[in-house]
Amino acid sequence: MGTEFNRRDAVKRALAIGVVAIPSASLLSACASSGGGDSSSTPSKAAVSKGNPFGVEANTELDVLIFKGGFGDDYAKQFEKLYGKEYPKAKISHNATQNITGLLQPRLNGGTPPDVVDDSGNAQIKLDVLQKADQLTDLTPLLDAPSVDDPSVKVRDTLMPGTIELGTIGGKFVTLQYVYTVFGLWYSGKLFKQHGWTAPKTWADFISMGAEIKKAGISPFAHQGKYPYYINVAIVDLAVKNGGMDWLTRLDNLDETVWDDAAAKAAINAVYEIVQKNYLLPGTNGMTHIESQTAWNQYKAAFIPCGAWLENEQLKATPSDFEMTFMPMPSLPGDKLPFDALRGGANEPFIVPKKAKNAAGGMEFMRVMLSKAGATSFAQSANSLTVVKDGIGDDVQLRPGTKSTVTALKAAGANVFNPTYLQTASSLDVDMGNASSELMANRIKPDEWLKRVKAATVKAKKGS
Amino acid sequence: MRRNSKYPFIVGFLIVPVALYAALVLWPYIQTIGYSFTDWSGESQKMNFVGFKNYTTLFSDTVFRQALWHNILLLIFLPVITILLALFFAFLLNVGGRGGTAGIHGVRGSAFYKVVFFFPQVLSVAILVVLFEAVYRSDSGGLLNGILIKLHLENADKPIEWLSDPSLVLWCILAILVWSGVGFYLVLFSAAMQSIPKEIYEAALLDGSGRGQTFFRVTMPLLWDSIQTAWVYLAIAAMDAFALVSALTPGVSYGGGPDHHSEVLSTVLMRNFLYAGKSGYACAMGVIILLLTLILSIVTLRVTRRERIEF
Repeated sequence: MGTEFNRRDAVKRALAIGVVAIPSASLLSACASSGGGDSSSTPSKAAVSKGNPFGVEANTELDVLIFKGGFGDDYAKQFEKLYGKEYPKAKISHNATQNITGLLQPRLNGGTPPDVVDDSGNAQIKLDVLQKADQLTDLTPLLDAPSVDDPSVKVRDTLMPGTIELGTIGGKFVTLQYVYTVFGLWYSGKLFKQHGWTAPKTWADFISMGAEIKKAGISPFAHQGKYPYYINVAIVDLAVKNGGMDWLTRLDNLDETVWDDAAAKAAINAVYEIVQKNYLLPGTNGMTHIESQTAWNQYKAAFIPCGAWLENEQLKATPSDFEMTFMPMPSLPGDKLPFDALRGGANEPFIVPKKAKNAAGGMEFMRVMLSKAGATSFAQSANSLTVVKDGIGDDVQLRPGTKSTVTALKAAGANVFNPTYLQTASSLDVDMGNASSELMANRIKPDEWLKRVKAATVKAKKGS
Repeated sequence: MRRNSKYPFIVGFLIVPVALYAALVLWPYIQTIGYSFTDWSGESQKMNFVGFKNYTTLFSDTVFRQALWHNILLLIFLPVITILLALFFAFLLNVGGRGGTAGIHGVRGSAFYKVVFFFPQVLSVAILVVLFEAVYRSDSGGLLNGILIKLHLENADKPIEWLSDPSLVLWCILAILVWSGVGFYLVLFSAAMQSIPKEIYEAALLDGSGRGQTFFRVTMPLLWDSIQTAWVYLAIAAMDAFALVSALTPGVSYGGGPDHHSEVLSTVLMRNFLYAGKSGYACAMGVIILLLTLILSIVTLRVTRRERIEF
């Protein structure tokens, strides 16, 4: 009898331990890689010519991986068509996903990455991480290649200013940030006309206008609370306009003393005024970007901060007479940059992995993207501008939001800035976001915010 | 002679599953332990040996410690609340009914309730996430806020931001885990209760014991084995909670917010593993989690060991 019980107990215990071990196994095995070899066969190269500057083999397969986010993935199919026209014998495999990491990471580890990747979205693999792991092809040959439209002009000279700087990580041009985006505040032209409001140019006007908006039963301000990235953009842009380009350079160099400057204080106090005056859309601090943007589309809030992808992202939720309109961040007293100055720059990073079988094809794909035909088809299917200078002809119909960004961009002239710390110091972005959420929820005060972000800057500099 | 000839037979049966287990479970474990001593970025096969550095860093990582504390809180509350609720409901559904002359049965409509209680169990995590996004939505459009505002228990201008409120978020997650788990344990305990001979209850009834006494003196001791199993399973669920936290809570890459107030070990691990490019460090976390779960299961089984009652 006794032995019988012992054995049963032993079996039971073993089972229970096994059961305990299984879920942690799944966690652990996520860490374990397949241990794929480093053997990358050097692909045979075709002869290099003006029309084929990277030596693409005509029948080598091209493997494309696209982030299917705010821009969808139809635009990529257009690019593939253009590529297919040049290389009709090449098979093109198209993969679109929201989960870039899930698809890309195992392939990088296995040594069989795709040839060109749109490494974007919530689940992107950070570029600084990829660069440190030596997984990115140097795209300098792309810059020096002749452009598709005019072989006497180099690709380098067809790009919007800032594209090359932003794509340069660790001293090498490794990523093509393809979409040209401006950041600022957005409002409904229709709503403003209805109430006889004019878009404010100074923060003081913005604040006094808020009282009026509130009286009309509308919340003055909404933000994408669950993702503090957006409010960070607003805070940093206010500070840059107040502190000037030097301030931004110091921030990008992770100089923690920027947070002691009057500019930083003015910016964070300004944003905190929204909280203090109770101007926030109720619940906005816990809403996703789609939830808050949709509430804004329903005229529940007057202003929302966002990048220029907003229009395409909200296409279905926006009433047809909404008149989506863009404006730069309002001016603070003593601003070093004019009101028209705005954050603008390239994003949506495209890369060619270092071990890609058809790296030449990947670069050729990018060259096609940077042609006029590529830029135009992108503007039409994704409602956004690209980094191709004068990439869109006058015949292309733009939506009201995109049109207003073109106007703003023209007004800004040379006063366009674009922080790079987001690419190089991911941890600062995360920590700043946490602090901003606390500030917007009125759980911390501006002083505490500055203290935390300063500490986060020091941490980011140490690379931890 | 006969004893020895048994072994080749047994080995013949075991070799395939053991080999599979070794290749698919043990080998990744060993690899992980290996990686935990390197600075592997997770994006290529390049890595350097760094010794115990990852482990020493881990001790001073406040976010990791915070996550550990949250897992401990879940570990305390999830099993207790779920098991008590499941036991209570199972008791009502099986032996809680009174009044008839037949003696032992559940409350009226118990067959229907069983289906209702079990229903959350069949929902996948993805559906749970969508469902509770709507329940906890932070404006008046959310189910909870909507009801509270309609009842004038809450100011519509200051709705409760359930998942963005540092003092509520973890309990909101706990509530989902309990809600979705109770049904399963209810069915488990129901099955165990039905296997208890009716005579025991009848004897208790004849002796004049009330509901409470019947529960604590008869049902609980006879269910001890099932409760023990439930405890171990729930402890595992409490060590995990990854899917709900990462999908529902705010915070860059795998949630855990606001400001790390709902962070659990697995979300910190995944953020380091995939987002921050610190996979070696994440593997060290994985090893720690493995050790913790092993210790936990051994302790649970030791503490809950009791004399078995045979019937």
